[in-house]
Amino acid sequence: MIKTVALTKAFGLRTALSRVTLQVAAGEFVALVGPNGAGKTTLLRLLATLSRPTSGTLTIAGLDPAKAGEAIRRQIGFLSHRTLLYDDLTAEQNLRFYARLYEVPEAPARIAALLEQVNLTARRHDLVRTYSRGMQQRLALARAVLHRPALLLLDEPYTGLDPQATATLTALLHELAGEGCTIVMTSHDLAQGLALARRVIALWQGRVVLDAPTATTSAAQLAALF
Amino acid sequence: MTFLRHVFAIVAKDLAAELHTKELVSAMLVFAVLATLIFSFALDLRGALAQAAAPGALWVTIAFAGTLGLSRSLAREELTGGMEGLLLAPLDRSAIFCGKLLGNLLFMILVELLLLPLFTVLFEVWLLRGSILLITALGTAGYAASGTLLAAIAVNTRAREVMLPILLLPLAVPVLIAAVQATGALMEGAALAEVGVWLRLLVVYDLVMLAVALLTFGYVVEE
Repeated sequence: MIKTVALTKAFGLRTALSRVTLQVAAGEFVALVGPNGAGKTTLLRLLATLSRPTSGTLTIAGLDPAKAGEAIRRQIGFLSHRTLLYDDLTAEQNLRFYARLYEVPEAPARIAALLEQVNLTARRHDLVRTYSRGMQQRLALARAVLHRPALLLLDEPYTGLDPQATATLTALLHELAGEGCTIVMTSHDLAQGLALARRVIALWQGRVVLDAPTATTSAAQLAALF
Repeated sequence: MTFLRHVFAIVAKDLAAELHTKELVSAMLVFAVLATLIFSFALDLRGALAQAAAPGALWVTIAFAGTLGLSRSLAREELTGGMEGLLLAPLDRSAIFCGKLLGNLLFMILVELLLLPLFTVLFEVWLLRGSILLITALGTAGYAASGTLLAAIAVNTRAREVMLPILLLPLAVPVLIAAVQATGALMEGAALAEVGVWLRLLVVYDLVMLAVALLTFGYVVEE
């Protein structure tokens, strides 16, 4: 699903990501871990086609983002620090808008089902700006999976979530992983990353310093790397 | 068809957001009304003097009210990452520009529909005629096209509210001069054919700005 070769991203003189080479197979659940500034978000933004690499190559589902950006984006769901929602629209209006952009078939039924899944059906007609942080994050998750993406990219998805939202997110991630969705999730919480994913990739100062199955990796082992 | 569906989805989203908040149109409208009142009462013009001052006052008001709306419209996209959401979606970057432009144009025209009668009353000049409405539409389209592109640049800067007028006004000089000259001549009773030079300048400006914006918007909104 994802293949990078010597992927590098620099911002001026600062290199945020340095010659990262990796492959992620379809259906894998990968945790990207590392301290702040390790390059996790930079890598995720490159994978989401929100940013262009300085050098190196990237293909997603065998496609080059520079040539087939729209086809790639149709397959990607992205949950970032920001909700990517419109505060001045209701939850339903937000999802309806994104459903139109992604041309989601049978959108009303899909929206209703997702709102139910993230426990927001009762508040679907309320403006997003009246939601708590946890509710906004649950709705952002519904937005990210609305078009049934083959690749889900999650940037610190648990940050600021209440217990209910944490449980909803975990259940949804397990469900998506079971359905064969490829998931790449960044986390600075090493234990959480290990608990959810099947494979862990550790980044430090823009370089991959560990790539191993979570079954054979411990949080202490990861912590020792940074 | 897909392109148009995406464009109209963005316009519908902007209209829905504005219906909830009414903050963009109301800010533009309050500014436009206040500026018109200040021009009218401060200059206290009648007859020929009013006719001479009205086109300039009208277009200064439209330009600054428009800048307020343009700035807010793009800021709304940046507030919680809406622009990033648009960039992640499988749609052409130029569809994003066209959607934002049409939305901005609608808001500016809505304000002008109330501004022109107010100017007519306070400056005692008859602005509600086809030729002047055409010039107003062309001038507004050019201003909104350049403004939408530059607002997308300004919104990512630290001093976004200050940056937009600084970037936009120099670029909008041709459209403002053409619009003021054509409006003035038409108010004095000239036929549309007599302001052909200004009319052509407005059309050319609109087309050039639209082409430039469609070609560059993708680079502007990406990093």
